[in-house]
Amino acid sequence: MRALVIETAGPGISVQDGGRHGYLRYGFTAAGPMDPLMHAIANRAAGNPLDAAAIEISTGGVTLAVEGGALGLALASTGFRIALDGEPLPSAVALTLEPGRSLVVRAGDTGSWGYLAVHGRLDLAPVLGSLATHTRSGVGGLDGRGLAAGDRIPVVDGRPGERAPHRLVAPRLDRAPDTIRVMLGPQDDYFAPDQVAAFLAGPWTVSPRGDRMACFLDGTPLTHARGHDIVSDGVAMGAIQVPGNGLPIVLMADRQSTGGYPKIATVIGPDFGRLAQVRGGARIAFRAVSIADAVAARRAEADVLRGPVPWEPVVRTDFASDFLLGLNLVDGVTDGRP
Amino acid sequence: MSVPRLLDAGEAALVVEFGTTVDPALSDRVLALDEALAADPPQGLRERVPTYRSLMLHYDPLVLDRARLVDHVLRLTENAAERTGAATLWTLPCCYDAPHGEDVVELAGRAGLSPEAVVALHAGATYRVYMYGFAPGFAYLGGLPEDLAVPRRASPRPPHPRNAVVVGGGLAAVATVPMPTGWYVVGATPSRLYAPERAKSFFVAAGDAIRFEPVDAATFDALAAREASGEPVARQGRAA
Repeated sequence: MRALVIETAGPGISVQDGGRHGYLRYGFTAAGPMDPLMHAIANRAAGNPLDAAAIEISTGGVTLAVEGGALGLALASTGFRIALDGEPLPSAVALTLEPGRSLVVRAGDTGSWGYLAVHGRLDLAPVLGSLATHTRSGVGGLDGRGLAAGDRIPVVDGRPGERAPHRLVAPRLDRAPDTIRVMLGPQDDYFAPDQVAAFLAGPWTVSPRGDRMACFLDGTPLTHARGHDIVSDGVAMGAIQVPGNGLPIVLMADRQSTGGYPKIATVIGPDFGRLAQVRGGARIAFRAVSIADAVAARRAEADVLRGPVPWEPVVRTDFASDFLLGLNLVDGVTDGRP
Repeated sequence: MSVPRLLDAGEAALVVEFGTTVDPALSDRVLALDEALAADPPQGLRERVPTYRSLMLHYDPLVLDRARLVDHVLRLTENAAERTGAATLWTLPCCYDAPHGEDVVELAGRAGLSPEAVVALHAGATYRVYMYGFAPGFAYLGGLPEDLAVPRRASPRPPHPRNAVVVGGGLAAVATVPMPTGWYVVGATPSRLYAPERAKSFFVAAGDAIRFEPVDAATFDALAAREASGEPVARQGRAA
C-alpha cells in the first residue's frame, strides 16, 4: 500500500476533514479546516469528496515523501513556497510525487494555512465518524496530535496523478483579506452604537499569538454597555467575543461550543477562511452585511466548488525570480482542462 | 408564556433565547423545544445545542431559509411548552479521598468548613445537568449547596486527571478531559461521561439529574477497572 511519509514538520500540521459534526451539544467542537474553501479546493483538485481528510499545513512547514508507489497530490495555498527536490513550484499545484523524492512546503510572505490532498484516502481510524484532529481533546487524525517527523500515513486507493506538475488556477484563492464581512450579533446590544461603529471601523491588528482556537485582535479596546459577563450560551464558528479587556477574539475551528462573553458579531462563513489566512501583524477591518448578503456569498462559493479546479501547465520561466513569483501570470484563464 | 428572542449568530446559526439567567424553568423551556425539534426537525437543521437559557440551532442556510426555520421554531414553542421525555437520575460513584480529592482541603478553607462537611454537602445534593460545553463531555451541573459556592480561582491550577469532579463559581461539573482549570477538584468518578470508542459515546443528557455516591480509593480502582472493561458503573434511575 502507498503511504505518505512526514520527513520534517513544524508545529501545527494536522489531518483535517470537513469536521466532526453532530456533537456540539456534548461540548465537542467540530474542528475541521481553518480555511474551509481552500481545503475543499485541494480535495476537488485531487478528485476527492470536498470534505475528505487532507493535511493542513501551518506556517511551520512540512517535508513529505511517499512510499510504495507514485502518488498524486494537490496542494492549495496562497503564497507558500513549494519545491520538489529543490525545484520551485507554484503555491497552488497538482503533481505526482515519486518515491525517493521530497516535497518541501514552507511559508512564504502571505497566507497562514495550506492544504495537501492525496489522490486516494488517508487510512486512519475515525473518531465519532471523523478524522478531524482536535489536539486539545486528543482525538482525530493521527493519535489525536499534530504530525511530526517520522509519521507515516497509509493511503487507500492511492494512485498517481498528472505526470508533470500543474498550476491550479483558482482566482477564488486570491481573496483580499483586509475587510472581513460580519453579521452583527447575537449580543451586539451589549455595546453602545458608537462602540459597534468603532468595532467595525477598526483597524484591528491580528495578533501573532493566535492558533486554531482563536484569533486575537489588538487595537483600541471597546467598552461594554452592560458588563462583559453573560450566562453561557452557544458559540458559532467565527463568533467575535469581547472579554473584559475590550479586545475582540474571533473564535476559530477549535473553539469551545459555548461561552460566557458577549459576542458583538459573527464572521460570515465565506470570510472565515479569509480571516484565518491573515498573518499576525496584519491589519483588518470589518464590514456588517445582511443575512441575505451572507447567504448569497455562501451560495456563490458553493457554486464555484461544484465545478472542476482549472489548471495550466507550469512554465519554467515562471520561477526566474521572486519578482515573477509575485506576478499574476494567469489572469483571464478560466478553465485549463482539455 | 413569553415568546423567545431570536438572535442570529451569523447566517448559519440561530439562537432561540428564553432568558438570560440560570433558572430550571428556563432550562425546561429550552429542553422542551430541543425535544420537539428532535421529533420534528426541518430539513437543513444540523445541530441543536441546549444551554442554560437558550437553544442554538446550527443550520445550512442553502437548504433551510431563516424565515422557514423561525416559523417552525415558533410553532413548536407554542405547542411544546412542556418536556415530554422522562429525565434520568444517574448515580455516579465518586472518590473524595486522596489522591483524587486534590482540592477538598483548600476548598474547605475557602468555604469556612471542615473537609468532611465539604464532602457531605457535595454528596448530599442532587444536581441538574444544564448543558455541556468547554470540552467534550464537560457537564455543567446546577444544584450545588450554597455553602460550597465559592468563586473560581483567579488563575488556573495545573491540569486535573480525567473525569474530575469539580466545583467553582456556584456550579458543579464533571470534567472529562484533563485541562488547567479555575475550578476546585473535589474528587473523581470512575464513570466516563465521554468515551469516544463506546457505542453510546455520551450517556448523560441535558436535563438529567446526577447524584454522587462516595467510595474509597480501593473501590474507585475496582470500579475504574470495570468501567475500562466496558461495564458501565453509573447506576440509572428515574429522576423525581
